Amino acid sequence: MTLETVLLVAAALFCVGLYGAISQQVVVMVMMGLELMINGVILAAAGFWWFLTPVPDGQVLLLVVITAMTVEMAMGFGVATLLHRSRESDMTDMATDLSR
Amino acid sequence: MADLVFWVLSGVAVASGVAVFSVDSMARATYALAASFVAVGLALLLFDLQFLGVITVLMMIMEMAIMAIYMIMFMGMNPALMPMSMVHDKRWAMAAAAGTFVVLAAGAVLVPWPDRAGDPADDLTAAVGEAIMGDKMLVMLTVSPVLFATIVAALVLALPSGRYARLGDHLGRRTAPARDPEGAGR
Repeated sequence: MTLETVLLVAAALFCVGLYGAISQQVVVMVMMGLELMINGVILAAAGFWWFLTPVPDGQVLLLVVITAMTVEMAMGFGVATLLHRSRESDMTDMATDLSR
Repeated sequence: MADLVFWVLSGVAVASGVAVFSVDSMARATYALAASFVAVGLALLLFDLQFLGVITVLMMIMEMAIMAIYMIMFMGMNPALMPMSMVHDKRWAMAAAAGTFVVLAAGAVLVPWPDRAGDPADDLTAAVGEAIMGDKMLVMLTVSPVLFATIVAALVLALPSGRYARLGDHLGRRTAPARDPEGAGR
């Protein structure tokens, strides 16, 4: 287990998530893609912290990343609910404009 | 031993991640994503990050359970039994993901990373607790209102109507006017 291997695994997770975020049509599935990307960021940040500078600052940064993930999920669920109520749809292709 | 555990967890994390977008039902995709997060959360334990690893595992299990409920609510069917493939720009997305991986992997392998500077504290959980309650308190003071604003914003988005829509300008009255899909003149 080295920094390079940790970063390679994190890059793989990030790119799988990127594929999902771009290609999926259902809003909840797009959110899953974004979650996977943040999953990769968490692993990479932990690797950087452990192998380069294992001081508490890195742990605080990880806490911020995990917080960002929760905010993304909460707002995503809110938007999905609004979208479903106003357009009876949960597809991104049917939500390409902001007006009703 | 740690190397073996790391590779097993990495394999599970990436394979589960791929499964999220390759299984044919959204419920299975949800559980695959949960497995990926649990694997990464357990991998954090290899870096002695007990606190962050455990909260990642616990949070993601709860989050995926909520996500499964959302799917059943919005898809209007049993998502576990309904095979589906709803994608667009699949080829372009695949190319973008592969290109990004090549760039990130090249950076990971080719950059001459410096040697480790310093040693981790004896009790890392206590260290992060002291950091966020001490010299990194500004981070927590920022995160807290952001989380509160998120709760308010998510409710504003998710609620069908607020009290102004139900009661109009007279918020003090006890009964709402006749139900109007557009609200009380709003």
